Amino acid sequence: MNARREAMYGYLFTLPWMIGMSVFMLYPVVASCWYSFCDYSVLKPPMWIGLANYQELFQDEVFWQATRNTLVFAMLSLPLSTVVALALAVLLNGKVRGQSVYRALFFMPSLVPVVPVAVLWFWLFNGDHGIINVMLHSMHIPTVNWMSNPAYTKWAIVVLTVWGGGNTMLIYLAGLQDVPTSLLEASELDGASGAQRFRHVTVPMISPVILFNVVMGLIGSLQVFAVPYVLWPTGSPERSAYFYAMYLFDNAFKFNKMGYACAMGVLMFLMILVLTLALLKVGERKVHYQDGG
Amino acid sequence: MKVRRILATMGKHTLLVVLSILFAFPFVWLISTPLKPDAEVMRNPPVWIPSHFQFDNFWKAMNFEGDKLGYIPFLVYGRNTVVLCLLTVLGLVISNALVAYGFAKFRFPGRNLFFILTLATMMIPFPVLMVPTFSLFRAMDWVGTYRPLWVPAWFGSGFSIFLLRQFFKTIPNELSEAARIDGASEFAIFFEVVLPLCKPALAVVALFGFMGTWNDFLGPLIYLLDQKQFTLGLGLQAFQSQHGGTPFSLQMAATSIVILPVVILFIFMQRLLVQGIAVTGIK
Repeated sequence: MNARREAMYGYLFTLPWMIGMSVFMLYPVVASCWYSFCDYSVLKPPMWIGLANYQELFQDEVFWQATRNTLVFAMLSLPLSTVVALALAVLLNGKVRGQSVYRALFFMPSLVPVVPVAVLWFWLFNGDHGIINVMLHSMHIPTVNWMSNPAYTKWAIVVLTVWGGGNTMLIYLAGLQDVPTSLLEASELDGASGAQRFRHVTVPMISPVILFNVVMGLIGSLQVFAVPYVLWPTGSPERSAYFYAMYLFDNAFKFNKMGYACAMGVLMFLMILVLTLALLKVGERKVHYQDGG
Repeated sequence: MKVRRILATMGKHTLLVVLSILFAFPFVWLISTPLKPDAEVMRNPPVWIPSHFQFDNFWKAMNFEGDKLGYIPFLVYGRNTVVLCLLTVLGLVISNALVAYGFAKFRFPGRNLFFILTLATMMIPFPVLMVPTFSLFRAMDWVGTYRPLWVPAWFGSGFSIFLLRQFFKTIPNELSEAARIDGASEFAIFFEVVLPLCKPALAVVALFGFMGTWNDFLGPLIYLLDQKQFTLGLGLQAFQSQHGGTPFSLQMAATSIVILPVVILFIFMQRLLVQGIAVTGIK
């Protein structure tokens, strides 16, 4: 096949995505930036107002609270999810009797759609009759009102997020299976303890997988929406569960401030970009790639 | 040494059992609550296994009387969700296979830049796209229909394209060359030679697409206005917020019915799912 024919087929096959990417990805990103400088609602055409939306955002108490809530949630849930998923994967790695049953059990929660997850945990966390508090009480551990005490609402979503992290565990498990057993055996012969082998062989070998999961987890947790929206539609108590994406959604579709919502969207994009680059920068020093790249 | 090894194995299994209980108890509670007689739902100490089983709550949760939203019209919402899932999955499989094949097997100017852009689209958070996409669909008068939810799937998605392209790359060119010499057109080669070899990869894309649509909450929340159009997820949320005072046993019945299809899917597709997820993280 000559080069021109080949190129023609290349464009022909990728045509749907050329349209899809332009219309549903590139155009919205550009339009979002443009709207963020406009006074815009569904009812009237966008009107240029310069930086006014951004200026308003920086003085908006609710915006700062939602941002703080979201960052706090990410800082709690990311490390915890990573440690739990990695620990589960390590426990299941190698020859373990009943491995497939355990794996299915740990993985199952991650398949449950978000709304049922939220409704289920709403009942589990119930202050008086929820099974969690009933169990804690029977073990003489002081109970808290997970749903209405502002100090614990974020913890409630963190618990639920860690519980639903089974898909990350599977990725770690696959990564662990790629760690050469020869390396582990060699270090065992050299007298390294289990903990030392984990720290100095396993972790460096799977560090690219860890980095990948942490980056994806960060992008996901900064967008947290459905679970808190079902549990606390207004973000109460004391807006402790009012997250960035919820405020953005409310601005766009409840308060009819679409330009303002777009400014929030642009800032979210920048936040994700900066944090991801920071993670990659840390990764550059800490992550070990097998092919030396 | 042997004793130590046995002790270590026992410790490991004890830990695994404890963790299993922690991960599984929400499911047990979810199924046991609606099956219990009402008097046992809030009893302390908790009743895990009902003294006798009652199935009324499931029927009540599914009940739909005429136009009135009795509890939650499951059959209607279920049908809506399934139709939406089918349209989306069909679009995802067809369009992404075509596009990924184009990326994997043909050289054309701008291909690399185009592919890097494709990967970059996976990083764009949905909230950034939300407002302009809404305005677009509003201008087309599509708000209040299912079209904003499934039509974009027919134009490809970065993640699936990436997944399928990696798979197409592993298929040797000799097969298509032979067919080409026999005079087969490029589309015939794609549909008759290459696609049949890619069933596992296509199944992974279909499965992820199905779960993503079944799971989606924000999309239906933005675009579906009439309660009769709701999907299961949206319906369950409306059910929860409107019937705050409904007995938990009824809410749990409704929740288990929404979860059930996913559990069944998992049982039948476990291998595929596990492999698919492993592939996404490793590359």
